[in-house]
Amino acid sequence: MKAVVTVTGKDKVGIIAMASDECSKHGVNIIDISQTVMKEYFAMIMLVELDGMTVDFASFAEAIKGRGLKLGVDIRVMHEDIFNSMHKI
Amino acid sequence: MLNTNDILETIRMIRDENLDIRTVTMGISLFDCISDDPERLSQKIYDKVTRSAGRLVSVCEELERTYGIPIVNKRISVTPLSYVGAGLSPDGYVKLANTLERAANQLGVNFIGGFSAHVQKGEILGARNLIEAIPQALTETTRICSSVNVATTKAGINMDAVRRMGEIIKETAYLTRDKDSIGCAKLVVFANIPEDNPFMAGAVHGFGEPDTVINVGVSGPGVVAVAVKEAGDCDFSQLAETVKRIAFKITRVGQLIASEAAKRLGTPYGIVDLSLAPTPAAGDSVAEILENMGLERCGTHGTTAALALLNDAVKKGGVMASNHVGGLSGAFIPVSEDRGMIEAAKIGTLTLDKLEAMTAVCSVGLDMIAIPGDTEASTISGIIADEISIGVVNNKTTAVRVIPVWGKSVGDSAEFGGLLGYAPIMPVKRESCERFINRGGRIPAPIHSLKN
Repeated sequence: MKAVVTVTGKDKVGIIAMASDECSKHGVNIIDISQTVMKEYFAMIMLVELDGMTVDFASFAEAIKGRGLKLGVDIRVMHEDIFNSMHKI
Repeated sequence: MLNTNDILETIRMIRDENLDIRTVTMGISLFDCISDDPERLSQKIYDKVTRSAGRLVSVCEELERTYGIPIVNKRISVTPLSYVGAGLSPDGYVKLANTLERAANQLGVNFIGGFSAHVQKGEILGARNLIEAIPQALTETTRICSSVNVATTKAGINMDAVRRMGEIIKETAYLTRDKDSIGCAKLVVFANIPEDNPFMAGAVHGFGEPDTVINVGVSGPGVVAVAVKEAGDCDFSQLAETVKRIAFKITRVGQLIASEAAKRLGTPYGIVDLSLAPTPAAGDSVAEILENMGLERCGTHGTTAALALLNDAVKKGGVMASNHVGGLSGAFIPVSEDRGMIEAAKIGTLTLDKLEAMTAVCSVGLDMIAIPGDTEASTISGIIADEISIGVVNNKTTAVRVIPVWGKSVGDSAEFGGLLGYAPIMPVKRESCERFINRGGRIPAPIHSLKN
């Protein structure tokens, strides 16, 4: 199963390091990554593979969200199908 | 990989524009619970509802986490109890309502709909007793919703039932007078009631439905309002196109959740209801969409046209996004549940007459409207008769959910709490329609072969 991790908020040092650290800690494989910075606003999107994940979906989502809060960014993990459904015919 | 802008658009809709799934509603047939022993009937119903929907709330919570979208309500609709409990006395029906309330509490669902009867041509004994039990049942319970279908396009209007419902609404208002007559917020009078509607208070599990079924109602007025605002002063073709595109996206989320919920619960998937359902929260208002189209205030001249465009475009966008569409499917205009409508009603731009006109071009009817507590029962019946006529003649669903708030009059406001919101008391006409209502009998079904 694939999920999309979105990180949005104010840009600062260490966001990508933190997010990828949290992924590797839980056995989550990053397949693709892209980021944009508009003025101070930061948006990073990671496509991740969850098949080797060592915890359940909710625990991973909560853990990475918690780490994000400490850095002042909003992190959401969502099944890729919600985006496929909405944006592909 | 997915397009970055698309992903961020979805995140923005959920985080900033109140996009959510308004309800996942499980329909449950109770026909196999029928028994001539009221105790046994009650036990069988409790067992079947709690067994069938045992995992409904946990599966919905799982879906919320997986897809990152809130599912606001988890609900149940059951076979209209006037059939299942046809031999019950009014007291028996009140007890049955309490049984269902216990089941709702046990399951953690928000509402159970189906304390209902179909009386468009006349009443069976079960329907008569159920209707008599409505005020007490809605007073003793908080999660049970009631609906009565008083007309269809094919049968015409049962005016005896319309008159009776005026009295029932008054009685319910009186019995729940300590809570701004909130019992009436759980009671709706229909023409052409749909059999697969997931929204309350009118959800029932119809006769042609499977044993259990999952129906989903989407939301998203905030998302449409932002899209309309961003579209700027474009022409009407472009405006309709903008709404269609956004409705497609909203509905696709509903379709995804409906099919996943059905799969995980091992239950057939029924329909997605395309309704735009507002809440009293800021930025979640159907009135705001109409105002963003260029109306200074919802309710002014042009409102009916704006709503007609909105309603049609929502359907056109939604139909392609879902493989089965049903329920009410259109824009809702519940006054107390929509911040923009509340404001417009407060200053008097949005009136009962305008709302009635608006219901001719959108999905439901006169919904969540607070009126003075001293309104005569026959006047309420007159309001019902007018609204039901619009549905019957135009071959569509219409409904009335008005709350004559006990002890309050124009200038006051009523507070219902939560998603039911709050509302200013709106004026009704003081001239009587009692002689008309008291005629009794049925208004014949309209002719539909001579279309002009």
